[in-house]
Amino acid sequence: MTELAVILISTILVNNFVLVQFLGLCPFMGVSNKLETAIGMGGATTFVLTLASICSYLVNTYLLEPFALTYLKTISFILVIAVVVQFAKMFIEKTSPLLYRVLGVFLPLITTNCAVLGVALQNTAKARSFFESSLFGFGAALGFSLVLILFSAMRERISVADVPEPFQGAAIGMITAGLMSLAFMGFAGLV
Amino acid sequence: MIDFLLHNPVLTALIVLGSLALLFGAILGFAAVRFKVEGDPIVEQLDALLPQTQCGQCGHPGCRPYAEGIANGEAINKCPPGGQNTINAIADLLDIEAPSLDEEHGEEADTKTVAFIREDECIGCTKCIKACPVDAILGAAKQMHTVIAAECTGCDLCVEPCPVDCIDMLPVETTLKDWRWDKPGSSIIATDRNSNATSDDEGQAA
Repeated sequence: MTELAVILISTILVNNFVLVQFLGLCPFMGVSNKLETAIGMGGATTFVLTLASICSYLVNTYLLEPFALTYLKTISFILVIAVVVQFAKMFIEKTSPLLYRVLGVFLPLITTNCAVLGVALQNTAKARSFFESSLFGFGAALGFSLVLILFSAMRERISVADVPEPFQGAAIGMITAGLMSLAFMGFAGLV
Repeated sequence: MIDFLLHNPVLTALIVLGSLALLFGAILGFAAVRFKVEGDPIVEQLDALLPQTQCGQCGHPGCRPYAEGIANGEAINKCPPGGQNTINAIADLLDIEAPSLDEEHGEEADTKTVAFIREDECIGCTKCIKACPVDAILGAAKQMHTVIAAECTGCDLCVEPCPVDCIDMLPVETTLKDWRWDKPGSSIIATDRNSNATSDDEGQAA
């Protein structure tokens, strides 16, 4: 139980994928203009990241390692992620039209989210077990969603604030992201 | 077998990646069939009833968006090119009372018309070309324009932008080639619907 909490806290706060490891920055900057879309993106990413880390663990353990093909893991994981995303999109579209309306447009975007590939690669590099891998993926996705939602809430406020002209738009977004990253550095050494 | 594969790493890589791709392809193919989602069928049916002039007089950028709008509860009487016939057909499909055409969006033409450009007056401004929703006007800047009569849907959208008012809407004359019998009246078509609902469009039933 303690181990579970340690993994979750370390992935969500201490080693946050976006603000500490700087992975998955494209959706972080891209879909954080509105709180609603950020929540949708966070939900979709959580779903895909957990599933993708489970699948890539299976592919790595039962296919790549027995044949000494671990040098192919990057390309295999990209394949796995693309298929998981596409399958999840079809499945959600059929089973829950409501969820599809919320997540639908964000699902294909996740294919190119580097955090997904990053989690899978780190899992194999650190030789985590099946349970640890899936929990690590889930925690990373929760951390991603948390940061994305916090950031979009801030950007909604900034968009109505009186920002000096040279800093308007993306510039103030970058500055905010940098400050958030600094703040998250404060969690280092928590676990 | 395993021994052979371990001694041929390139071949193994090809086989493993190939079978992985094949497996995933099969999964996606299966999912595409198993989780197939039919498009909103009512939109398809409404779209089929609309006249496909893509004229935009209803306020939508074409017939299909208007069909989607109707499916989401919009008024059905915004289509001047389709006129009362279309309204009746849609009302019949949706099982609601047929309203009369909303004049705000344009008047129903009595006869089918096509645009005609008086070519010696045309100054070649290309404004009508931009207005035409079906690309039925041919021409280039400072060159004379003309209308491809077979493509023109008679939507009137090119008349307004013309700065020299050289576009006329001419009625299409019936020739031996395109003359047809009138469609039979609804009273002689077998139907399971209440005859009162369709009795007022005699001779034009869809």
